[in-house]
Amino acid sequence: MKQLNRKLLRELLRMKGQMIAVAAVVACGISVFVSMSSVEYSLRTTKDRYYSDYRFADVFMQAKRAPEAMLESVRNIRGVAAVRSRIVADVTLDVPGLNEPASGRLVSMPDRKRPVLNDVFLREGRYIEAGHPEEVIASETFMDANGLQIGDRVGAVINGRWKELVIVGKGLSPEYIYEVQPGAFFPDNRRFGVFWMSRKALESALDMTSAFNDLSLTLAHGASEKDVIRRLDDMFRRYGSLGAYGRSEQLSDRFISDEIKQAGMQITVLPTIFLGVAVFLLNIVLKRLVTTQRDQIAVMKAMGYTNEEVGLHYLGFAMVPVVIGAVAGTAIGAWLGLGLTGVYEGFYHFAELIYYFRFEEVALSVLLSAGAALVGSLSAVSHAVSLPPAEAMRPEAPVVYKAGFLDRKEFQKKVPVSIRIIIRNLERRRWKAALSVLMIAFAVAILIAGRYSYDAINHLILVEFNEKHREDLTVIFNESRPRSLQYELSSLEGVLEQEFYREEPARLVYQHRSRRQSITGLKTADGLKRLVDAHNRQMKLPEKGLLLSTTLANVLGVSPGDTMTVEFLQGKRRTVKVPVGGTIDELLGLSAYMRIENLDLLTHEAGIVTAAYLRVDDAESEKLFADFKEMPGVAGTSMLKAMQESFEELIAQSTTTSTVILTTFASILAFAVVYNGARISLSERARELSSLRVLGLTRREIAIILLGEQAILTAIAIPVGFLIGIGLSVLLALGLSSELYRMPVVFSSFNFVFALIVIVVVAVFSGLMVHFRLNRLDLIAVLKTRE
Amino acid sequence: MGYNRNSTHEPVLRVDNVSKIYTMGEVKVEALRHVSADFYEGELVVLLGTSGSGKSTLLNIIGGLDVPSKGRMYFRSKEMTAVTEDELTVYRRESIGFVFQFYNLISSLTALENVQLVTEISSNPMSAQEALTLVSLGDRMNHFPSQLSGGEQQRVAIARAVAKRPELLLCDEPTGALDYETGKLVLEVIRKVNQELGTTTLVITHNVSIAAMADRVIHMRSGEITEIERNARKLSPSELSW
Repeated sequence: MKQLNRKLLRELLRMKGQMIAVAAVVACGISVFVSMSSVEYSLRTTKDRYYSDYRFADVFMQAKRAPEAMLESVRNIRGVAAVRSRIVADVTLDVPGLNEPASGRLVSMPDRKRPVLNDVFLREGRYIEAGHPEEVIASETFMDANGLQIGDRVGAVINGRWKELVIVGKGLSPEYIYEVQPGAFFPDNRRFGVFWMSRKALESALDMTSAFNDLSLTLAHGASEKDVIRRLDDMFRRYGSLGAYGRSEQLSDRFISDEIKQAGMQITVLPTIFLGVAVFLLNIVLKRLVTTQRDQIAVMKAMGYTNEEVGLHYLGFAMVPVVIGAVAGTAIGAWLGLGLTGVYEGFYHFAELIYYFRFEEVALSVLLSAGAALVGSLSAVSHAVSLPPAEAMRPEAPVVYKAGFLDRKEFQKKVPVSIRIIIRNLERRRWKAALSVLMIAFAVAILIAGRYSYDAINHLILVEFNEKHREDLTVIFNESRPRSLQYELSSLEGVLEQEFYREEPARLVYQHRSRRQSITGLKTADGLKRLVDAHNRQMKLPEKGLLLSTTLANVLGVSPGDTMTVEFLQGKRRTVKVPVGGTIDELLGLSAYMRIENLDLLTHEAGIVTAAYLRVDDAESEKLFADFKEMPGVAGTSMLKAMQESFEELIAQSTTTSTVILTTFASILAFAVVYNGARISLSERARELSSLRVLGLTRREIAIILLGEQAILTAIAIPVGFLIGIGLSVLLALGLSSELYRMPVVFSSFNFVFALIVIVVVAVFSGLMVHFRLNRLDLIAVLKTRE
Repeated sequence: MGYNRNSTHEPVLRVDNVSKIYTMGEVKVEALRHVSADFYEGELVVLLGTSGSGKSTLLNIIGGLDVPSKGRMYFRSKEMTAVTEDELTVYRRESIGFVFQFYNLISSLTALENVQLVTEISSNPMSAQEALTLVSLGDRMNHFPSQLSGGEQQRVAIARAVAKRPELLLCDEPTGALDYETGKLVLEVIRKVNQELGTTTLVITHNVSIAAMADRVIHMRSGEITEIERNARKLSPSELSW
């Protein structure tokens, strides 16, 4: 087989343009596959190891205050493996170098280091020392964001008393892989941090001796999470339990788990498209090759080469570029995966995010691409195999052209011959033309879908940060406050507008479905906080009952008009029937709104507020922030603008990266399809075009005939690609959406213009490359060769 | 060895009442009608006929490239019309050498490599160099087909066909694409192979003059054998003219 291999190699080199195109398309598909599947595996494995190494709990519960003695009864619940009680408190912080107050979450740790659930990984420094109540381990993200060093001091108002905390260690915990302040969605690492400190110190500062307000536990193998949660809820109701919940409701875990799921989804779609296009390209290139080599196939068979040998030889034309593409794609994929892992490190904080590159990925990508090569070469190879040698010796019968609809008399007069040749050629092979259109359309679609997420996130930022919120600042109180507090706030210099609201933890129950969910009591739907839906439409608060976000209504299976049960988890803990007054299509999270006066009525507790939106005067803000830092009862403040900035910074990086990658890949795809299409028609029609040149047509005229076909296909493909792109984006939106957030289906017109420009540029470029070959057409040689 | 046996011996190949019908598009063509012929060890037979006489079809069937619609073909008393596709491949690989009108060299392989293409897969070949020397191309072995003249290309094709030491050498219009002088040169090579290797050789042509170099001449017309004549005196190709 040596000489056949030599033939293979030399002919592959001669067809290098087409083969490189095939290899590039395969490389794109495989690199997406390898990068996404390795990233998915790396994130999942890192998360699982981190969870198990630092004993991340399975079930969590917050209560007002429960006696430590209860712990024994929790241990006795069937299915509970290990239990840990903690004291957790949210406080206002005064961070050096930061004007506005930050908020901190203080989490108790044993005075002497021992392995505990939700343990802390020490990156730097040391563990807290017994007898030093001021010592804390601060979260790495907070320290890095604020430029804090070991030994730095941070002020905190704990239970109304000013305390100075000394940072002795820099730490991380599986509980805060996604570190975001309570009630918020996006991290603001400058203004929120977690601090681990001595249990004793917290006990005395918060008057919690022999008591706890936070419980976490792990489950024994095979235990029922649901049963344990039910038991916990029964046991801790009277201690002000806000309801126990599993990992799936733990915010950090939900974000990271959703992210892993999304990465997993992306393993399939793009690689399928790219490998599909590779199959198509191989199919047309090899079919043409077999046609031009009919006589050679006959000779090989006449010489006694077996069908298997001939078949394998032509399969080689598919295997070589595909294997080269797969190898390059695997390398690029590993490199991309490593880079992507770095991008994830900006959002998710692991003790160590390890990038795993596995043999399985390589094996699977080799398998996938070999499959693509097989499928792509199937018809050509089987044609070569089944060609009877005597048949192959005869020239192929001329292709049959029939008069098409454009050959009617009225057209014949108006349409020049060159255009008629183009149209007839397209008509004759409708399927091939349709497939070419589809392939170019895929390239357009990938461009659209690639920029879609950019548009969607911009829209999300617009709605969530700008349209919904007019406030500058949210002040959260660490327990319910009387409404009279508004006079105190109003008296502060710099407060221009204020609006109180009330968050009431509750469990919403409808039939067999239930959900722990805070109910937000608002005064109005169009105050500082505006209730607008995903399409930026102003909504109203219903006169009676709840306004649920669409996602929440879907989770519970309720529609407007249904009556559901609400169990309040604080205060008088009343259970009431409440009608669903309406739904609001929101992009972020789950929410339930109602008029604050209705909430007062339902809870039998009037005049209570838990937080306030403020609009402040920039000039006075410094003074105002200083006041907040010392105000008792303030659990923290959050600044929308800061959150938006940090979110945009993170998102900008990842969307820019993915847009650049997808644009490159889509361009390669478009180039491969258009260039190959034109090269094949050049090969098929070299004789015909040469004859036309001999008859006196200019180079320009035959170029129009050849490239006009590709131009028409591209022109048709663009609108088709827009439609597929929209469909692909909707799929993407569905796949990327979770309970936490939904991707809005929005497109900027720039997206379409951009896709159009890229495709036109790519098409013109590949046209020029073929035109260059056309100019070198050797008229005599072409006419002398046997067809 | 040379041709020194008479027709009472077992033939190398026997064609018995063979017919072939093609369907070309919507037209049915009866390319062969009840053709019978025997070919003997070491003889040089010229199959003479105009285009469309069925001679190429007969050659393809003899060479195992095609199967008859009716009738039988025997190679050394084995019925080749009853064998599988795989056995037919082995038959071509081991016993048959082909020379085509348009040479049909693989353009991406050199002369030597084109011959090696055959020597690699046959069981008892001569060396590719030897085969090329036999056709007087020992000095142009590393040229690609595009660097060779038509006559040279055809000689490479002959070298390729004989390198496997076939029992039957089949030449389909070997001079059809060549000029007068080159054509004679190629025929000389064929004669040499027939004489020196004793290979039973079948040459198809429409050129009546070439018939004079044969031991026997089979005339064909419209898919039928019209006459088989034996040349009393074989001419050497250099003596031919047309």
